[in-house]
Amino acid sequence: MEIIASGAEAVIALDGNTIIKTRVNKRYRLKEIDETLRRERTRTEARLISEARRCGVPTPIIKDVTDFEIKMEYIDGEPLKNVITPELSEHAGEIVGKLHSCGLVHGDLTTSNIIFRDGKLFLIDFGLAYIDSTIEARGVDIHVLFQTFESTHECHEELIEAFKKGYSGRLPGADEVIKRVKEIESRGRYA
Amino acid sequence: MRSNPFCVLPMSIIFGIEGTAWNLSAAIVDENDVLAETTATYRPASGGIHPREAAQHHASHIGKVVRETIKKGGRNIDAVAFSQGPGLGPCLRTVATAARALSLSLNVPLVGVNHCIAHIEVGRWKTQASDPVTLYVSGANSQVLAYRAGHYRVFGETLDIGIGNALDKFARSVGLPHPGGPRIEELAKEALQYIHLPYTVKGMDFSFSGLSTAAQEAHKKHALPDVCHSFQETAFAMLVEVTERAVAHTGKKEVLLAGGVGANMRLRQMLGMMCEDRGIEFYVPEKRFMGDNGAMIAYLGLLMFKAGYRTQVPDSRVDPDFRPDEVVVKWR
Repeated sequence: MEIIASGAEAVIALDGNTIIKTRVNKRYRLKEIDETLRRERTRTEARLISEARRCGVPTPIIKDVTDFEIKMEYIDGEPLKNVITPELSEHAGEIVGKLHSCGLVHGDLTTSNIIFRDGKLFLIDFGLAYIDSTIEARGVDIHVLFQTFESTHECHEELIEAFKKGYSGRLPGADEVIKRVKEIESRGRYA
Repeated sequence: MRSNPFCVLPMSIIFGIEGTAWNLSAAIVDENDVLAETTATYRPASGGIHPREAAQHHASHIGKVVRETIKKGGRNIDAVAFSQGPGLGPCLRTVATAARALSLSLNVPLVGVNHCIAHIEVGRWKTQASDPVTLYVSGANSQVLAYRAGHYRVFGETLDIGIGNALDKFARSVGLPHPGGPRIEELAKEALQYIHLPYTVKGMDFSFSGLSTAAQEAHKKHALPDVCHSFQETAFAMLVEVTERAVAHTGKKEVLLAGGVGANMRLRQMLGMMCEDRGIEFYVPEKRFMGDNGAMIAYLGLLMFKAGYRTQVPDSRVDPDFRPDEVVVKWR
């Protein structure tokens, strides 16, 4: 077993073709708060990954969930950031549109959390995902992704246009969301 | 500008006035130290801060506060700085009017500064912090800020009321005097158990209004010390969690605590543990530089004055919703 990532909240380990995501305890908070949060978030994350999958959004298959740990399929592919093209960006727009149309918001969309494998895109890391169908939540979700386009990809305008095309094809009312993305940008937050 | 005999660089002397809310304070600073400071604090007879009464308090004390500060150290002043926002409109207007008048009578430029950034800069001045993630917690404000590419970015903030305000509201509802924070901290030490209260972190933001209401409800069934303890533990865990996320996201190696609620020892302890576990430094300025104070306004004014910022009178209108990320930072 090998630790492949360590964030503010969880440690990600790889064991064969299984990812083990463990939410680590925080000494600064009371045990009661710490354990409740880790347990609830682990359960919610696993549930939302499965729910997204049922809606037709490719996500890892959940293998096991215990108190603070999720065991799931390892998506052995390339992060979108290494292989992105306008065509793949349009495809990313389609899966995010599908996710939003199911009432889910990813909460941390980046080109590192979208994986390309076998000609398909998978969404991973639902640690900040939640249920929300508001224009604002969807707008922030997409805005965060567009920022990773801008900071790491040269032809970002082309990529953004392609994404919007894919997104609009999958979500009724997508225009409103895209309009909101512009407004969120002008607020200068989430930078 | 006066020249410093020990250094070839000219020193600047700035007069600053703070009065965004409860505290009216004027100070004179140079690069090295606070040369003079005078403070007049508004204390409501009952209840919380009433914006109009606070402004009336400021208006009736501002003359004396300015005169005394000038008397203590008012020679060769290069500019007058004032907090232009965010804050309570009536209080801000009173201070801005005084600042404009003083700048005209001394015939020196005016520099309008952002109150939140002043908290960060005075902390960087008075501690060893150089590029921290700042947790700024006061009555009205609760923000997690860090510098990136010419701006102090807001990485997380309250979606409704500030943590100090949430503590005060709860304190008032259970009959504790204003300000409620210190009394809640004392009572929490006598707690026997934790009572579950709502923990609200959404992405990088937090919310305290629901927590305050839930604590009021909990008090109907539970002992006050237990509720105080549970309130603090829940609210502070939210603040520390978002601060830690900002640290992980930005890769910064320092955390700075700012604002009046930073006086709370339990909050300091929790932040300190998080920093220790991540192997990063944690800085807390002296108490006089944590709550609202004139020195921080004067000091940010000094940094901005030296970087060439000047506020013309037509642009000196106050902004109660002045966001820190609006300011283009040219001084660092």
